[in-house]
Amino acid sequence: MSEPHGHIHGAPAAPGPDVATSKLLRTLALAGAAAGLLIVLAYGWTAPTIERNKAAALQAAIAEVLKDPAQCDTLFVNGSSLSPTLPAGADPKTARRVYLGYDADHRRIGFAIPAAEPGFQDVVSLIFGYDPASKQLLGMKVLDSKETPGLGSKIESDTAFDNQFGRVVAPLTGVKSDRYNPQDRHQVDMITGATISSRAVIRIISNALTQLGPALDSYSEEKRP
Amino acid sequence: MKQTSPFDDLLRGVWKENPVLVQTLGLCPTLAVTNSVANAVAMSIATFFVLVGSSFLVSSFKRYVPNEVRIATYVLIIATFVTVADMVLEATVPGIHKALGAFVGLIIVNCIILARQEAFAAKNPVGRAVLDAVGYGVGFTITMLIMGTIREVLGSGTFLGFHLFGPHYEPWVFFTLPPGGFITLGSVLLFLGWHKERRAARARLRTRPLEAVERVAA
Repeated sequence: MSEPHGHIHGAPAAPGPDVATSKLLRTLALAGAAAGLLIVLAYGWTAPTIERNKAAALQAAIAEVLKDPAQCDTLFVNGSSLSPTLPAGADPKTARRVYLGYDADHRRIGFAIPAAEPGFQDVVSLIFGYDPASKQLLGMKVLDSKETPGLGSKIESDTAFDNQFGRVVAPLTGVKSDRYNPQDRHQVDMITGATISSRAVIRIISNALTQLGPALDSYSEEKRP
Repeated sequence: MKQTSPFDDLLRGVWKENPVLVQTLGLCPTLAVTNSVANAVAMSIATFFVLVGSSFLVSSFKRYVPNEVRIATYVLIIATFVTVADMVLEATVPGIHKALGAFVGLIIVNCIILARQEAFAAKNPVGRAVLDAVGYGVGFTITMLIMGTIREVLGSGTFLGFHLFGPHYEPWVFFTLPPGGFITLGSVLLFLGWHKERRAARARLRTRPLEAVERVAA
């Protein structure tokens, strides 16, 4: 468009060069308010369905990392112990939970532990299976991440990387492929080109185990037959 | 500005000025999420919704939006539609929403949408703006479908998840990866360019056959 300024919007050409600041502010404020209203309405309409979908996805993820448990108990983290009921004063929406899976003979398989921390771009949330008695990990699944498509996003899609978490033993150390020793059961072979995201996964699991380890251990011992 | 018929407004974006194939705009989603037909369709629907909705609103309120804050207002309108589309996709097709990842949010900066607001919707009546947006949305969808079909059929041996070639087909995984996107888009553009040249040459031959024959003889 080679037209001179000010004529292209259907509005009559303003006599002066400036529009009152209050008009600019009013326009943006009104547009912002209308946009906010629309988003709130859409959120109210979609939020229950999104919550339901997330709950179903979580159940599927628990089943995956604990290798299809026959039964699964929800336990709430209460300081350094676990309790089957919601601790007094805790918010049911934000209270930290772990899930204890049992096989068909009612033997413990292990805990499914959700955890989330910042990755390369945004918070990575994942769930992993862990057996406190042998300190072995049982599986890991990334629930949500916004890592770089094609690179960091491989923490979700690279099955060779994900399957390692079914056999390694805590504490974990991440190593690059050229230094990886398959005999060392503490080592995790990181994804080439996604070192930061791979490290984030390992760090999330390690931190969760540091925080929850005593609680998991004590719950295991007091309930062991 | 020269008046065009409503039919022209609609068809312009579909083929003659196709946003991706002719103007090479909006290449980021075209390359990034066309590794399967389902992803391409979901992305196209979301973009179509945002484009038509934004054009409608921008054209409706163009008289009340001062020139100085027009871009900020367009971006606000587009971002609102994208946020709504993002939530609706997450509620209705969570699997596809996850596969599209960050690219749903990136519709906000899709230059096809902002360009149509600035170049057309802000200067034309609501009806024409909506027709134009529908045309461009369909044009974008066609390109996404072409890309998604080629890449899924070759890269996974499937179309919308249905196996096409039986168990012995070894999928050409390359086509579902980023380089396959570039190669596919390049090939499609090359084919269209070749087709256009050939048609132009034939038209020349029809209008001035003698001259063409002389040139060949020389």
